[in-house]
Amino acid sequence: MYHKTLSYRVFTVFNTIGLLLLSLACIIPLVHVLAVSFSAKSAADANLVNLWPVQFTLEAYKKTIDNPIFLHSLWVSVKRTVLGTSLTLLLAFMAAYPLAKENSDFKGRTIYSWIFVFAMVFNGGLVPFYMVIQKLHLMGSFWALVLPGAVNIYLTILMMNFFRGIPKELQEAAMIDGAGHFRTLFRIFLPVSMPAIATLGLFSIVFHWNSWFDGLLYTNSSDQYPLATFLQTVIIQRDLTSMSLDPASMALISQKTVNAAQIFIGALPVLLVYPFLQKFFVKGLVLGSVKE
Amino acid sequence: MTHLKKYWPLHLMVLPSLLFLIAFSYLPMAGIVMAFQDFKPRLGISGSKWVGLDNFRFLFEREDSMQVIWNTVVIAVLKLFFNLVAPFTFAIFLNEVRKDLFKRFVQTLVYLPHFLSWVILGGILLNVLSTDGGFINRILESIGIGPIFFLGDGNWFRVTVIVSDVWKEFGYGAIVFLAALANINPALYEAAEVDGASRWKQTLHITIPSIMPITIVVGTLALGNVLNAGFDQIFNLYNGLVYEKGDILDTFVYRIGILGGNMGFATAIGLFKSVISMVLIFVSYRIAYKWANYRIF
Repeated sequence: MYHKTLSYRVFTVFNTIGLLLLSLACIIPLVHVLAVSFSAKSAADANLVNLWPVQFTLEAYKKTIDNPIFLHSLWVSVKRTVLGTSLTLLLAFMAAYPLAKENSDFKGRTIYSWIFVFAMVFNGGLVPFYMVIQKLHLMGSFWALVLPGAVNIYLTILMMNFFRGIPKELQEAAMIDGAGHFRTLFRIFLPVSMPAIATLGLFSIVFHWNSWFDGLLYTNSSDQYPLATFLQTVIIQRDLTSMSLDPASMALISQKTVNAAQIFIGALPVLLVYPFLQKFFVKGLVLGSVKE
Repeated sequence: MTHLKKYWPLHLMVLPSLLFLIAFSYLPMAGIVMAFQDFKPRLGISGSKWVGLDNFRFLFEREDSMQVIWNTVVIAVLKLFFNLVAPFTFAIFLNEVRKDLFKRFVQTLVYLPHFLSWVILGGILLNVLSTDGGFINRILESIGIGPIFFLGDGNWFRVTVIVSDVWKEFGYGAIVFLAALANINPALYEAAEVDGASRWKQTLHITIPSIMPITIVVGTLALGNVLNAGFDQIFNLYNGLVYEKGDILDTFVYRIGILGGNMGFATAIGLFKSVISMVLIFVSYRIAYKWANYRIF
């Protein structure tokens, strides 16, 4: 047996240490930022914080929560995530049913699938897209964050592949009992598709929560920003106008610690759904590819 | 007519998605005509002057846009290469771990960065890579190196962009290889064991050949991204100091078209990118289908 040889045992030790260091490297930056967010301004400014808070304080979080613009952007993000995910799921669920049919069973499928595929591999580019948003009078509207991304072709394909795995007999039985396509979809397919819907829902939640560029492009002022866009302007572009800090409180807390707190709050929902996501996404990826 | 009678529910189910696709995918495609105009927003598409292929000629004559195309290809190709090699190697090493608990622990940590957005990761990187006492530069200084201007020097910027992208994606990218490794027939290893092959020999002659097909598929399908250097990442990390080496097509389009108002030229650059990417995608899927029988739709 190879794993009892000395050389393989030595390998195992080094392999374990190597993988341990590698996986820690994936979260150490996040841990550092978390430590900074809980540290006092003086310690953060003097670069004394490593992986553990120095002079523990919640000051940065208090300051963050006190900022009305931050709170409002949080609300915009929650709204867009809930509405966007619901719409994406409904559209993907309905469109996947006819797309899951064989070309010979449903004549329209060929053309529809080409329409979907072409939209996936080709796009008009940023400027024409921007013009369309303008022409549809979505500029400055909350719906500009929800409607353009409502059809997620990738998730529709995942759903379609899941439907293809549902036994044909189930559907035939429903048809024989006189159920139409809609009845079959919502009464027969819906209950058995719950795991797939949960997977797609989690992907969609992460997608919406993380989207920031649309907020930057299609909203007119910082009070319409979703959280991701707010963070982008404050932390990346260092635009402090939306921080609503008076000079006195500016001196009290460090921008470093507040930024760290905001980064962590922005990442928190993803960290929270991540364990559930991890359970599903391996399956989701497998769903995505059909080998025939 | 009988077709419609029988199939109307199926058409109705696709209809909502279809309307959204028309509005937000196909309508913008019509806007591509701007690429052939000296487009002025106040004149609109019907009123703006037609300039033929002038915008495309600019693209290849202007020094800055040629530099941007070169930057895009360099960054994207290096990312494609390392985002194939790193997950492949990592998966093989992780596959040697026999303790399930440790394996799951490693997987949980390395998949995580994939799900965080570049705004979050950009914020973290700006913080830890700062030359003003950032975490990484502090570590480097303690061993006598640096400080390194990771985000302020063009060459270091490219390195930072590629390394941080691999750091974000290698774990997630390994999933498909891990699945392939789990599917290798154990009988192959048993036979090799009987023949006295060492684990290294087994890796060389069983493990690696077994996951080669999927590696080729993944590598081929990635070809469509040769002009995708990663807008989200670059946009959240770059600054005026590194435009020369770090500016890519997508960020260039944003600055020229949306911020600069030169919409015809920006549309032409976008069209150039879309057409090349589409051709590459079709070719790569053709190859993947022919060689590995891979089909997505």
